[in-house]
Amino acid sequence: MSAEIFDRVKNIIVDRLGVEEGEISLQSSFKDDLGADSLDVVELVMELEDEFDMEISDEDAEKINTVGDVVTYIASQK
Amino acid sequence: MLSGKVALVTGGSRGIGRAISLELASQGAKVVVNYAGSQSAAEEVVAMIKEQGGEAIAVQGDVASYEDAEKMVQSTLDAFGRVDILVNNAGITRDNLLIRMKEEEWDSVLNTNLKGVFHCTKAVARTMMKQRAGRIINITSVVGVIGNPGQANYVSAKAGVIGLTKSNAKELSSRGITVNAVAPGYIETDMTDKLGEDVKGKLFEAIPLQRLGRPEDIANAVSFLASDKAAYITGQVLNIDGGMVM
Repeated sequence: MSAEIFDRVKNIIVDRLGVEEGEISLQSSFKDDLGADSLDVVELVMELEDEFDMEISDEDAEKINTVGDVVTYIASQK
Repeated sequence: MLSGKVALVTGGSRGIGRAISLELASQGAKVVVNYAGSQSAAEEVVAMIKEQGGEAIAVQGDVASYEDAEKMVQSTLDAFGRVDILVNNAGITRDNLLIRMKEEEWDSVLNTNLKGVFHCTKAVARTMMKQRAGRIINITSVVGVIGNPGQANYVSAKAGVIGLTKSNAKELSSRGITVNAVAPGYIETDMTDKLGEDVKGKLFEAIPLQRLGRPEDIANAVSFLASDKAAYITGQVLNIDGGMVM
């Protein structure tokens, strides 16, 4: 379940941030490791909402730092 | 110049907003004419656009309410599938001397004229960011630059809109969205009809082009800023005032 979510999240990150898939781990920080600025993170959240057909509240979105945070959050909502 | 584009004009049924709705439509844009109370005026604008072979709908909503702003944007997307141009035009006046101004007069003008711009911009930003393109044009006023006695609330809101324009321009430019402000001087509308002849006479002394502006003077500039020709212009305030403020 989580592995499948991780793959889908990775695809979006590769597409949106233009990083190599190999650079992305669950520990990767969007801002420190993947070069995202705060607007990039907002856009990623928007795209994740579409991809997983869910709504992520602003409060929850603000807690997202790493790729692992996203995967755990989505898994918990499914 | 704007064919295939979709424009949302707040307060688009009367005065300057009406001229903007008609001009954008005449350039080929599909127009959503927002109104707060003037339903018949909005329907008249829509009918005029349709007569010219254009596409338009009227949507009720008070920009002072974020919920209404979101609904307006949703109605735009439902009708036309996208939103390329937002013109934040809706505005009110509650003029009074500072010393007599009631809190309610201050709040209502700030809520519509400044917070309304925040609401509508926030509501379209998501869609425009996804589109990687958008044009936001805020109607401010030259009094927001130079001040005006009896209009502490209106001037503060309009000056606020200029700051908001610049911040939003910086924040959204990386997503292909430009944000500019147009600052009318004295324009012939219901708002200025109330001025007496003596006041108008004094005004002309301060206006190098020696006449009041027409709503079309503003609409032409908005139409340009909304077009692809203005792609390299963002964060600017364009005074359209017959040279009153330089």
